[in-house]
Amino acid sequence: MEQFLKTLIGDTLLNHVIIAALPLVFILLYALVAIYVEMKMAAHMQDRLAYMRTGWHGVLQPIADMLKLLQKEDTIPAAADRIFFILAPYIVFVGSYAAFAALPFGSSFIGSNLNIGIFYIVAISSLVVVGIMMAGWSSNNKWSLFGALRAAAQIISYEIPSAFAILGVVMIAGTMNLQELSAAQTGGIQHWMIFGGTLSLMKKLIVIPVMLVLFVVYYVSSMAEVNRTPFDIPEAESELVQGYMTEYSGMKFAIFYLAEYANLFAVSAIATVLFFGGWASPFASAMTGPLWSTFWFVAKGMLLVCVNIWLRWTLPRLRVDQLMYVSWKVLTPFAFACVLALGLILVW
Amino acid sequence: MNPVAEYFGNIYRGIKTAMIGMQITFKHLFTRAVTIQYPTVKMKLPERARNRLYVNMDDCIGCDQCAMACPVDCIDIETIKSAPEDNLGMTSTGQKKRLHVPVFDIDIAKCCYCGLCVYPCPTECIKMTDVYEFSEFDRHNLIYSFSTMTPAEIETAKVKAKKMEEEAAAKKAAAAAAAKAAAEAKAAAPPAPSPAAGEQQQKTE
Ligand code: SF4
Ligand code: SF4
Repeated sequence: MEQFLKTLIGDTLLNHVIIAALPLVFILLYALVAIYVEMKMAAHMQDRLAYMRTGWHGVLQPIADMLKLLQKEDTIPAAADRIFFILAPYIVFVGSYAAFAALPFGSSFIGSNLNIGIFYIVAISSLVVVGIMMAGWSSNNKWSLFGALRAAAQIISYEIPSAFAILGVVMIAGTMNLQELSAAQTGGIQHWMIFGGTLSLMKKLIVIPVMLVLFVVYYVSSMAEVNRTPFDIPEAESELVQGYMTEYSGMKFAIFYLAEYANLFAVSAIATVLFFGGWASPFASAMTGPLWSTFWFVAKGMLLVCVNIWLRWTLPRLRVDQLMYVSWKVLTPFAFACVLALGLILVW
Repeated sequence: MNPVAEYFGNIYRGIKTAMIGMQITFKHLFTRAVTIQYPTVKMKLPERARNRLYVNMDDCIGCDQCAMACPVDCIDIETIKSAPEDNLGMTSTGQKKRLHVPVFDIDIAKCCYCGLCVYPCPTECIKMTDVYEFSEFDRHNLIYSFSTMTPAEIETAKVKAKKMEEEAAAKKAAAAAAAKAAAEAKAAAPPAPSPAAGEQQQKTE
C-alpha cells in the first residue's frame, strides 16, 4: 500500500497524510455500522425492533444521529476550566486513534510498521486516561469527577492483566511487531496463537488451555479498558449520568462517542492479532492476498466487537469493589500463572 | 467453606452464569419482537376504552346532566326554551326534545377522560369514541363545538323565547294584578307570591 502510493505520487507529505487518514475514514464508517449493529442487537435481545423509520429497517439512523449531533449547540459550563474542557475529548480520541497506527489492516497496509508495535499501543492508549481525567476535572461537576476517578482506577487496574496476557503471546511469537505476528500466523487456523502458534504438536496440547485463559483475561480486561458494561461504572447512566461526559454536548460529545467505538475496535483488533491470526486467512493458502487479508482482519475484529456488544447487553454492571476484585484477585493472578506456565513450556 | 474452594467456585459460577445469560440473550435475538409499529400498525383498543368524546346532537335534550357530572367543568351547555308550536322532534330513545341547544362545547384539552359524563345522560347521546389522535398546534382548536344550530336559528329561537317570556311576564303581571285586586278586596288576607312565577324568573334569566 505504502509502496504503491509512493510509486503513484512519490515520497511526499501527501502520501503520509493519506496513509494517516485511511484509518480515520475506516473509523468513521465503522462507527456508523457499529452503532447500528449495537442498537439492533440490543433491541432484538430485548424483543424490540429499534430503528425502523429512517430507510430500510432504519439503516440511515446513525447518519441522522450524527447530523443531529453536528447541529447541536455546543455548551461549555460557565464554571468549567475552558481549555481543558475543550481539549479533553480530542485527547481521548487521539489516544484511541493513535493505536490504529500500529494495527496491521492487511498484509500490505499498516500505518507504521513498528517493531515494538504492541508495546506502543499499550503505552499510547493510556493517553485516554489522561483525557478522561481532564474531562472529569475540568467539568467542575462532582459526578463527572467521580466518573473520571473511577475510569482512571479501572483502566489502570485492568492494564496489568491485559499487559500480562499480551506478554504471554509475545513470548510465544518472539516479536512485538504486529505485522510479523500476523504473518507468523498464516497458513491455516492451526497456526493461530490461540492454538499455540507454530509450536510442535506436543507443546501445543499444553499451550492451548493456557492461551484460552489468556484470551479470556485479555478480552475481559479490554472490555474494562473501553468502559463498557459490565464494566461501565465510570459512565453508569443510572448513578453518574454518563460520568465524565455529563457536561459535554454536541460535537464534543460525539467525539467521546466516536473514541469509545474506535477504542472498542482497537482492542478487538488487538485481540484478533494476538489470538486469532490477525489478517491471516483461516483456510491455509485460500483466500489470501492484500484485499482478502483486510477483509479477514475487519471481519474478525467486527466479530469480536459483536461479542462485546452481546456481553454488554447481557450482563449487569459490576459494583466498584467487585470490579477491583475481578481485576486484582482473579485476572492478574491467572494471567501471571499463565505467563509463568508459558515460560516453563518454552524453555522445556 | 474452604477459602480456596470458594475462590475457584466463585470464578466458576461467574463464568457459568455469564454463559447462561449469553445463551438467553442469544435466544431472544431470534425471537419475534413484540414491538407494534404504532402509526402504521395500530393495536385494537379494548371495547370500553375511553378516548375522545362525541355528542350526537340529534338525541341531546339539553338536560345539562353531563356538564354537572364533569369533575373538571369542561362541558359548556346553553339552552333556549322552545316555543310550544315548535316541534324539535323526538330522541331515538323516545323522549320529546323541549330545549334548543345553541351551545354545546367540550374543551377536550381539559377533559380527563374519566367518562363520568357518559353515565348520567338520559338519552345516551354523549359517548366515548375510539379516536385518540387529535393533537393540535393551537390549544383553542381543542374546544369542540357540537351544537348543530346555525346563528340564524339561534336568533329566531332567542326571539321566540323572549316573546314567550314577555307573554309569561304579562300573564304573571295580570295574575298578580288580579291577585292584588282580590287581596284588596279581601283586605285581611296576606299576599302570597306565586311559586310558579318565581321559578319562571330563574329559568329565563
Ligand atoms: S370524560 Fe370526564 S372530564 Fe371529560 S367531559 Fe366527561 S366528565 Fe368531563
Ligand atoms: S346529559 Fe346527554 S342529553 Fe343531557 S345535555 Fe348532556 S348530552 Fe345532552
